[in-house]
Amino acid sequence: MLTARRLGKRYGEKRVLRGIDLELPAGGFLVVTGANGSGKTTLLRICAGLAQPTEGKIERAATRGQVGYLGHEPLVYRELTALENLELYGRLYRVAERRERIGMLLERFGLWDVRHERVGSYSRGMAQRLALCRVLLHEPDLLVLDEPYSALDEGSAELLDAQLTELRGERTFVLATHDPARVEPLASGALALGG
Amino acid sequence: MTYLRDVGALARKDLLLELRARDTLPAMLLFIAATFVIFHFVLPGEPTRLETSGLLWIAILFTALLGLGRAFVPEREQRTMDGLVLAPCDRSAIWLAKSIATLAFLVAAEVVALPLYALFFHSVGWTTVAAVALADLGICGVGTFLGAMAVATRARDLLLPLLFLPLALPIVVGAVGATVGPPVVSSPGRYLAFLALYDLLFAVICWASFEYVVAE
Repeated sequence: MLTARRLGKRYGEKRVLRGIDLELPAGGFLVVTGANGSGKTTLLRICAGLAQPTEGKIERAATRGQVGYLGHEPLVYRELTALENLELYGRLYRVAERRERIGMLLERFGLWDVRHERVGSYSRGMAQRLALCRVLLHEPDLLVLDEPYSALDEGSAELLDAQLTELRGERTFVLATHDPARVEPLASGALALGG
Repeated sequence: MTYLRDVGALARKDLLLELRARDTLPAMLLFIAATFVIFHFVLPGEPTRLETSGLLWIAILFTALLGLGRAFVPEREQRTMDGLVLAPCDRSAIWLAKSIATLAFLVAAEVVALPLYALFFHSVGWTTVAAVALADLGICGVGTFLGAMAVATRARDLLLPLLFLPLALPIVVGAVGATVGPPVVSSPGRYLAFLALYDLLFAVICWASFEYVVAE
């Protein structure tokens, strides 16, 4: 699903990544760890196709519509409701039976009752749950998740554990975390980035 | 049809965001109305149509800049551009939808501005209305394209006017020519045709190259 050779990234004079080799088969689950500033987010953005490496090359079997990306921000519009955000993404990502899928995800992540409320009124944890709904909405083949547990309470984190376990093997994952122990049972590979 | 539905969904989103946040349109309305009121008191006596045509287009251009400067603010602040560019839809739909939304705001500002112009200065004829319509298309199409380029940079507030104003010069030339009319300009229709040609040319360029603007 993902193959990278001697991957590197520079922003001007600053080198963020250097010499990363990756081989992630379909159904694999790669856990990326590293201190703040070690390049986790940059690597994940390259894996998702949102950034280009300045050195080396990366090959991705998933086309851009088959990638689900969760970044530090939930990537939803604060002035729109949860339902309006997911309707928009559902249309753009060509989700079949959109209404049903949106309803199912909102129910699963405990946002059904607040679906008509603007995202700006959500707590950080609720916005993160909505972001997970957005990422899973189009059933992507490649899920690139940057700190998916951030801002989630224990109940929501367990919900995410269950979701990842359910999809493990069916989808390919690249997940960055500061808590690798949490996803250790799911991981098929690990990559530790230096500072 | 799918392309048009994508454009419709994205434009609806932008209009809905403005309807709820009211960040852009009130500022544009206030700016253009204030500009005409100031010009009314600044210009002594009876200014000529040539002079007031220039004022009209300065006001429209800078009002449009206000809207264009805010066009990609939600995408920048909430990082939603990442979600949009990963979608399997044609990326030019983002440009077209944003242009349509900005056009709607500009037209709304002009609905207030043109009667004010007529009240303070000179009557507004059909050639002026046609020039405003054609110029709006060019301003919004090119400005949205440049706004997407500028928003990715640190100096975005400076960069947009620097890029936009030189490219808007042909619009000003065509629009003023069409607005002034006889006896200064004998055939305003030629200026309208020039504006239409500009719109067509830059629409094709922006539509075809927007993909590269939003890709890193």
